[in-house]
Amino acid sequence: MVDYARLAVVAVDVSERAGRTVVTVIGDVDLATAPDLRTRLADLAVRGPHLVVDLDGVDLLDSTGLGVLVGARRRARQAGGDLALVCSEGRLADLLAATDLDRVFTVHRSLAEALSGEPSANVRGLRGRGTQEP
Amino acid sequence: MNDSIELEIPPHAAFLDVVRTVIATTAGIDPLLPEQRVADLRLAVSEACANAIHAHQRVHCTDTVQVRCQVEDTRITVEIVDHGGGFDPDALAPLPAATDPARLQHERGLGIPLMRALTDELDIRPLDDGTLVSLVLHLPEVG
Repeated sequence: MVDYARLAVVAVDVSERAGRTVVTVIGDVDLATAPDLRTRLADLAVRGPHLVVDLDGVDLLDSTGLGVLVGARRRARQAGGDLALVCSEGRLADLLAATDLDRVFTVHRSLAEALSGEPSANVRGLRGRGTQEP
Repeated sequence: MNDSIELEIPPHAAFLDVVRTVIATTAGIDPLLPEQRVADLRLAVSEACANAIHAHQRVHCTDTVQVRCQVEDTRITVEIVDHGGGFDPDALAPLPAATDPARLQHERGLGIPLMRALTDELDIRPLDDGTLVSLVLHLPEVG
């Protein structure tokens, strides 16, 4: 019997930087891989609630993955922290805008910006506005 | 051009990657679609198949999910047929506004808005035992 669940993998790297827990996600986040990510983020949100989730290594993020981020942010805030996103690529920013989640999350254009403590740069609505970075 | 591809997958999320690969390959040949739109179609199909798989699992249905991709001169149509009992998309409660704190209680319900944003046409049709989702992307005019 094939264990189908083991065929789907998303890589998650965790490090502590500038007082935040940086979670770097690499791969496709979908119905198959989102449960692993949900478990990891739920655990991290309780232990160190100031989370920065770097999505620049994510090729595909579906609605399940978006839901995981929403849930993790809720847990982080309940624990007295927050969850911000790093998303330099226009495509993922478009997805956040299409679901209005760009108004829920603080979205940074780079990890350096997320760790700098500066106010967030909201990158919503890039499509069609000619503001995409090269 | 008029080509079609059909897939049947077991109702398990591990097969989403296979579907995405086949659809993206089909849409990217020649290339029919710009890279950005191939990515849109890839995600929209993945969303629809994930919904189908979830529906099958909810009613413990082990039948396969059908995916049909039809390429015509002006459009690509992908149909996803499930046998997971069906649902009425019009009966879904709308999500709270993004600025409403209650919005954070909702981890689901993002799939249909996402599919609508990614496609040129989206049709969700109840069947006797499931749902037919039809996703259409228009092809750019050549020349």
